[in-house]
Parts: sequence; structure tokens; C-alpha cells
Amino acid sequence: MTDTTRIVVVGGGMVAHRFVEALRARDEDSLFSVTVLAEEPRAPYDRVALTSYFTGRDPEDLALGDPSLWEDPLVTLERDARVVSIDREAQTVTDAHDVVYPYDHLVMATGSYAWTPPTEGADLSGVFVYRTIDDVAALRIFVEERRKELGRPVRGAVIGGGLLGLEAAGALQELGAHSTVIQFADRLMNLQVDEGGGQALARLIEQLGVSVKCDTATQAIKPDKTGRVGRLVFADKGEQLTDVVVFATGVRPRDELGRESGLAIGGRGGIVVDDTCLTDDPHVSAIGEVACIQGACIGLIAPGNTMAEIAVDRLLGGTSTFPGADTAAKLKLLGVDVASFGDAFATTPGSLELTYADPVAGVYKKLVVTDDARTLLGGILVGDASQYASLRPLVGGELGGDPAGWLLPEGSVERPNVELPDEANICSCNNVSAGTIRSAVTEEGCTDLAGVKACTKAGTSCGSCLPLVKKLVGTELEKSGIEVSNALCEHFDLSRAQLFDAIKVAELRTFSEIIERFGTGRGCDLCKPTIGSILASLYNEHVLAADRAALQDTNDRVMANMQKDGTYSVVPRVPGGEIKPEHLILIGEIAKEFDLYTKITGGQRIDMFGARLDQLPSIWTRLVDAGMESGHAYGKSLRTVKSCVGSDWCRFGVQDSVGMAIALEMRYRGLRSPHKIKLGVSGCARECAEARGKDVGVIATDKGWNVYVGGNGGFTPKHAQLLVEDVDDATVFQVIDRYLMFYIRTADRLQRTAPWQEEYEGGLDAIREVVLHDSLGICADLDEHMARHVDTYEDEWKAVLNDPKRLAQFTSFVNAPAEGDPSLAYVEQRGQRRPATPAERANGAVLIAPAQLEVRA
Amino acid sequence: MTATVPGTRHGLVPVCSLDDLVTDLGVAALVGDTQVAIFRLDDGSVHAVQNLCPFSGANVMSRGITGDRGDEPTIASPIYKQVFSLLTGKCLVTMDKEPVAGGPDLAVYQVSIDNGQVMINLAGGE
Repeated sequence: MTDTTRIVVVGGGMVAHRFVEALRARDEDSLFSVTVLAEEPRAPYDRVALTSYFTGRDPEDLALGDPSLWEDPLVTLERDARVVSIDREAQTVTDAHDVVYPYDHLVMATGSYAWTPPTEGADLSGVFVYRTIDDVAALRIFVEERRKELGRPVRGAVIGGGLLGLEAAGALQELGAHSTVIQFADRLMNLQVDEGGGQALARLIEQLGVSVKCDTATQAIKPDKTGRVGRLVFADKGEQLTDVVVFATGVRPRDELGRESGLAIGGRGGIVVDDTCLTDDPHVSAIGEVACIQGACIGLIAPGNTMAEIAVDRLLGGTSTFPGADTAAKLKLLGVDVASFGDAFATTPGSLELTYADPVAGVYKKLVVTDDARTLLGGILVGDASQYASLRPLVGGELGGDPAGWLLPEGSVERPNVELPDEANICSCNNVSAGTIRSAVTEEGCTDLAGVKACTKAGTSCGSCLPLVKKLVGTELEKSGIEVSNALCEHFDLSRAQLFDAIKVAELRTFSEIIERFGTGRGCDLCKPTIGSILASLYNEHVLAADRAALQDTNDRVMANMQKDGTYSVVPRVPGGEIKPEHLILIGEIAKEFDLYTKITGGQRIDMFGARLDQLPSIWTRLVDAGMESGHAYGKSLRTVKSCVGSDWCRFGVQDSVGMAIALEMRYRGLRSPHKIKLGVSGCARECAEARGKDVGVIATDKGWNVYVGGNGGFTPKHAQLLVEDVDDATVFQVIDRYLMFYIRTADRLQRTAPWQEEYEGGLDAIREVVLHDSLGICADLDEHMARHVDTYEDEWKAVLNDPKRLAQFTSFVNAPAEGDPSLAYVEQRGQRRPATPAERANGAVLIAPAQLEVRA
Repeated sequence: MTATVPGTRHGLVPVCSLDDLVTDLGVAALVGDTQVAIFRLDDGSVHAVQNLCPFSGANVMSRGITGDRGDEPTIASPIYKQVFSLLTGKCLVTMDKEPVAGGPDLAVYQVSIDNGQVMINLAGGE
């Protein structure tokens, strides 16, 4: 350590993290050791995503980057180490515990604090700011306690209608509180959007149940009789009852250490730095929100990251300088898209403004262009910011065609197709240009989006640029002659989604017709099951009908799950996990009779293992006769709808989760899809059914149901994301109908909902537009398709039992139909049987003879 | 009925009628102690290979999916999806696995159709 240059970073926020990450990545000769002194008792986290802490994310989900960064021997992270003084003479800093840290170079990254205007009552219990995890956690606890005490929803007020204010209002809504945004200016987000944008934004936000009061100055906060926040008094003498107040009135740089140690301070605060992020002391840099660079402090993450990179570059002898802040921003506030970039307020002399407003759809768009309408200067997008990623890099460049193409709804005018210049900044969070992304493909040999992300860091922070990155990568790969193949297999050049459309449009019903028309050869174990699944999804006919049995994968082919020794397991449907005692007894009887190993599955049902092919019909007959049916445990189809016991029995349940789960399972049973689908329903926010680990999770609220989509267990676990909130039963069915059917039509082979939703162009937002606002005009078709599925459902087991021809295929041997597979061997374990291992077979350990075949009509 | 197999291992053994075979849907047959998987393809040809999957040790090949690689007709194991030639028994795709029961290739058996009867000759198997 003595050989290294000692860097001390004061502050443990996002910019400090970026500084350390960049230093470790670039300091290949290990010349620097770095100590981060963080005030908070935790590693740097993603403050931008703070609100998601309310939407069910764990604090760990806010972690930044690779946690192993903090294990690097050259990196020391001191938590709970607030610096109280700097001695620039001795080159040391001292923390609140009197620990002294010497430095060779000091980096100030203390960020900013939430500023509260002097207001009477601002010190009352129930007044909060919105800045750190602790602020957010305290707010959450207070709101939850107040709700219990008051026995009614909590009334909340947010003072400040800027970006943070709307975030805070969203957080209050998430906590089940009513919220009112009190804005001093004449419109919301007055720094980012103009009057038209402000109106559109207010309308959209009011639709979500948040009240908005603009042009309103808060004079005092008055206590209620318990001494906590009770009401607001405004300058115009109006009043409003409120139980909790959040101040979101802006931030101020935390420059007190700089002031005390005599560093130059800007007129409006902040430690003054030059374009290399150096203060007037050559041993001290300042980066992020505390730095006053080019005359101003900037409260955005992207310029902060840029400063961190510059500070590192300079330490390593580089020559980079601050290029000026890109204050462009795309945000999602309470689910509403807002974006603002470039000269959004048309301050350039002679500039023209083109606006498009659709108050019904809740969309406002404005482009600012030069007086010849050719060059883009900036813009504002409210309600639909899907073009942000394409437009922002064009600022200063030619729009290439009629600018109206960018404003009007997709499809009404052809959108100009413009090749982005190499210097266009694609990922503003990580400052990655189009050229860098292109060279990742051409020079570094990246061949997919994941590779480019890892190589360039593009799209790894907020992700808003990912669609554009994907497009650039695709174009570049095509240019380099690397085929971006979506082909299903050697027999079909089409992707699964293309094939689905082709079969649907051509109305083909057999594999031979399909391969003759769209493919070559005989097919294989990749395309055959895919087409079997598509045909089942489209027509909902029996998986073994006509020539389809030969298309089905291992399990579907016999409607049971093949195990390692070639025997099968059988799972009858137990809708919602609710089961009658007589069905439990029946399953027990069958298991005893056929000597089947039984186990409770993860999906709240019972699996019986070790049935031979020739035994399946007899087992099904017993189940079907008693009113049970196939559970499709073998299919790429709906598996189970897991539920908690819900409001019928549970002391905490607010809705009938079992009833909902049964309704969903009966609705989607047998629905064939690109991969298996699992659903879950929880009767209250405690979420005992773990519904957010499912493809579709339905969670009860006081007002109805929240629907989450795209959750996944398995290899890459994912929490499901919120699709709609507080909807009634009919809406639950409608949105899930459309979501599932859209997934079935457009996903790749064996692609589960989580990656599908992530990779779908525009992500969940775009999918939400499709299923809620019918942006593709296909909802009627999706609804009709699902209705057809529900109407034509039949139990596959029962259908086979009624068909002697298909039944004939359930024999072990064509020349010995009554004989079981003689090679099967078992040993006993914990009172049941399991397949013998090769070693046990070899040494003749206790073998259980295969059960005698029982033949039933 | 239990099929008893004529004692000879070197001759053609009748196993079923051609009409018992559905195109692309394999069946298993018991020839002596040997399990055989028999497939009828869409061009009318009939092929027989060992029913034992070398990569799992289970007798399941008859329940795999038929197809082709290039012009070579194939069968894929239903357990771990290895692909084998129906003409030579050669394993064409190992799915990065090692065989556990002999293999990696399948034994191929000679098939004759005589008067609508499917006959298997185990002696041809290797």
C-alpha cells in the first residue's frame, strides 16, 4: 500500500461509485489505492431508482455495479464515516469517529442535500424529505403507522412539483396514501417542460389519482391535536388537511467542508472546479452535484458520471475536459413518460416549435428545430417518450425528412430513417457514443446486445437507450456480414414468431403442409415441437390429433412427464391448489395400487412417479372417472396457478385469492405457449403465494387487484413487474388474456415471459401500450383468440381414453402389449421406491420388480 | 398376449404388421431380450435401431422425434435430445454429453417387409 498513491473520496454516492469503478478499471498498473468515506451505513446505491424501493424492490436491488469492486485489495469502503474536517496543509481528513485518513489526492463527492424552504411547522413530526434510503424508509414506517392509527387511508402532500416531487407523490401512492402535489410554479416540472407539456403531465397524473395544485405557495404546516402534521395553510389563506408532508423543493450542494477548508465556492454554492474537475488546490478534485463546474452545480447523474471519468482520466495523466452538461432526461414518473432534451424551451434565436397534442390519449410532443426546419435543436415528450432514444442523439444534426414524422402517431407518416453520426451520444448515463457501440461490433468482435453492453457499459444504468443500442448492433452486424439469424433450425429460416404469423395467415393445419410451404426436409426435434405448439395455440385441437402426435416433444407425446428411466410421472390438475379430501384419498389409492412414488410439487399439487407408458391409461381412467383432469404438468402451457388461502380464512386477506386462482386456472388451462407459464395469486400485500416469481402474478389490494408480469424462477430469477393497478376481476382477465396471447404470438421458441418482455422492442412499456391501449390495433383479435381457447377447452386425457386408436399407442411393446419394460429396476428409500443406480444394478442390490400390469378396459 | 420369440438370433423375426406402424411414430418391440425401436418414415421406409438410449441408459428411443439432418433421416432421444442417424446409427449430435451405456452410436438392425409383416434381423445389428 505504501507504494501506491492514496486517493480519498469523501462521499459514498453514485458518483463516488463511478469514480472507484473507473479508477480500478483503468489503473492497470495498480498505482492507486482508494478509500471511500461514506456517511450512510451502506455501499453506494442507485439513488435514481429510490422510488422503486416502494414497488417491492429490496434495498439490495438498488446496488450499483459488481459488488466485488469493494473486495478489491486496493479499494477500502468505510461506511458510517462522515468526514468532519479537512486539513489541506497536512493532507488529511478526519471523520466523525476521529479517525484520520491521509491522502495524496482528495476527491470531494459529497453530493447535495434536500433543501427545505424556511416554513413554519417544517420541524413537526410527519414532515419528510426525499433523498436517501433512510428518508424513504422513515416515510414508509410513518405512513404505515398513521394508517393503522387513523383507520383510513393517509392523506399526503408533496411540496414541490418537480422531478423529485412527482417521484415522492408516486411513492405515497404506492404506500396507499392519497397525495396532493403543491407546486409554487405555474406548472409541474417547470424546469423540463413547457406550458403544453405541463398541462398534459398534470392531466395524466390526475388520472392516476394524484391531485395537483399549481401557483400555490405554502405558508405554514399546522399540527393536529397529537402534535403531528395536521394541515397546510397556503399564502392565499386556503387550507388543506394532510397527515404527512414531503418536501421536494430542490437540492443544494453539500459544500460546507469545502467552505471550511477555504476552497473557492460558487455564487450559488458548490466547490468551484475547472473543466478537469480540479479545485483551486491541485491536490483536491470535486465531482458530481457538489462541484460547481462551468458556473453551475448539476443535479443529474449523467454529468456526475462524466466528471468522475474525467477526474480518473486526469489522475492517470489523461487530457479529457468536461464537455458541458447534457441535461437531457427521460423519466418515468408514476408510470408517465416525460422526456426533455436539448433546447427544449426554444431559446435559440429564430428557432421553430412544432407541437402535437392529443389530450384524449394524453400525449404532448414538441420538437424545436432551426428556422429552416432541418436541424433538430431539442424537444419535449410527455405521455409517450418512445422516440426519445432516437431523437436525442440527433440534436444538432439533420432530421432527414418531414419532422412531423417524429410527432404523429406511429404509422400515420413515414418516419425518416437516419443513420446516426459516430459522435452521437447514445447512452448519456455512461457517455457512450454511436461510434463506440459500432466499434464494439467491428473491432472488439461483440456479436450480440449482451456482449456490447458488457464491453461498452451502454444501457447498463437506466436502460432507456437499449432499443437504440440493439438497433445499432443489429445494423452493424448485418454490415459486417454476420448473419443475425432468427432461424428456427436448418429446416426453417423463419423465427418462431414469423412462423406463427405465417401459419395463422395461411390457415395451415398440418406439419407436412407447413414444411412444404415454408421449410425444407423432414423437420427435426426443434421445429416439430415448435409447430406442434403453434398449431395447438392457434386451433386448440388435441395434441395427438391427426399427424400431430409425431410432432410432440417427449412429454406432450404421451401427456405425462418422462423421468430418467423412461417411466412417467402423472399430475392431475388441482386448480388454485384447492383439493377435496376424496381427491386426496383417490390419489393416495392410485399411488398405492400402482406403487408410485409421491411428492408434493412446487405448484401446489401432487406428482406420482414411476408409471410405465402402458399404465398411463389405467391411471387416467381412475382420475377422470372421479372428476379430475390433466394438469398439463408435461406441456409448454399453463402449469399451475398458485394461491394463498385468501380472505375466506386468513385474518389478513383482503380478496378471495383462491377463487381468483381457480378462475384463472380454469380459464387458461391447456393453453399452449412458447414455454411453460405459471401464475400466482396472493390475497394481500404479504404475498404468501410468491406471485411475483411467476409469469403472471395477481396481488390483492384494498381496491381490487394489481397484476404483475414477467416473473421467473428457474435459471435466471426475476421479479414480475407491475402491469396494472387496482383493477377489478374483469380487467384482470382481460389484461392477462391479451398479455399471454401476445406473448404466445411473438416470443421465440422456449423463451419465457421475462426475457421476452425484456427483449421486446420498447420493453414492458411498449407491451403495456399494446394490451391496455391497443397500440397495434390487435386487441380484438387477441380477445377473440383467447375466448376461442376458453370455449373449446377439453381434457386431453379424457379425449384419449375415448379414442381406441390413440389409446393403442400406449403400449410398451408392439409385439407384447401386456409386458412391461423388463429393464426397469428400483430400490426402496424412505418407504417408497426410486430408480436403482447403475452401481446398485451391477451389484444386484435390493431390486423391486416392476409392478404387475393392470389392464383396464 | 405375450409374444414368444423364435429361438434363433440369426434369422428374421416377425414383430408386427406394417399397418401397426404410424408414420413418424416409433414403436418398441421385444426380440428375445433385446428391445428394438422401429420407425416408419413418410417415404414408406422402415428402420430399426436399439431402443436403449446410450446417453441415459433408458429404453426410450422408440419415443423420440424423427427428422433429418441434411438428407440423412434421424431419430432424437427423448431424454437428453442426442440425434442419431437412422441409416448408420451414428450419433450426430452429442449435446456435450458422454454416453453411460455403451455407445455413443446406436446398433442398426436389418428390416424386411414380407407380405405386410415387419421382420427384424438382430444379427445385422452393429
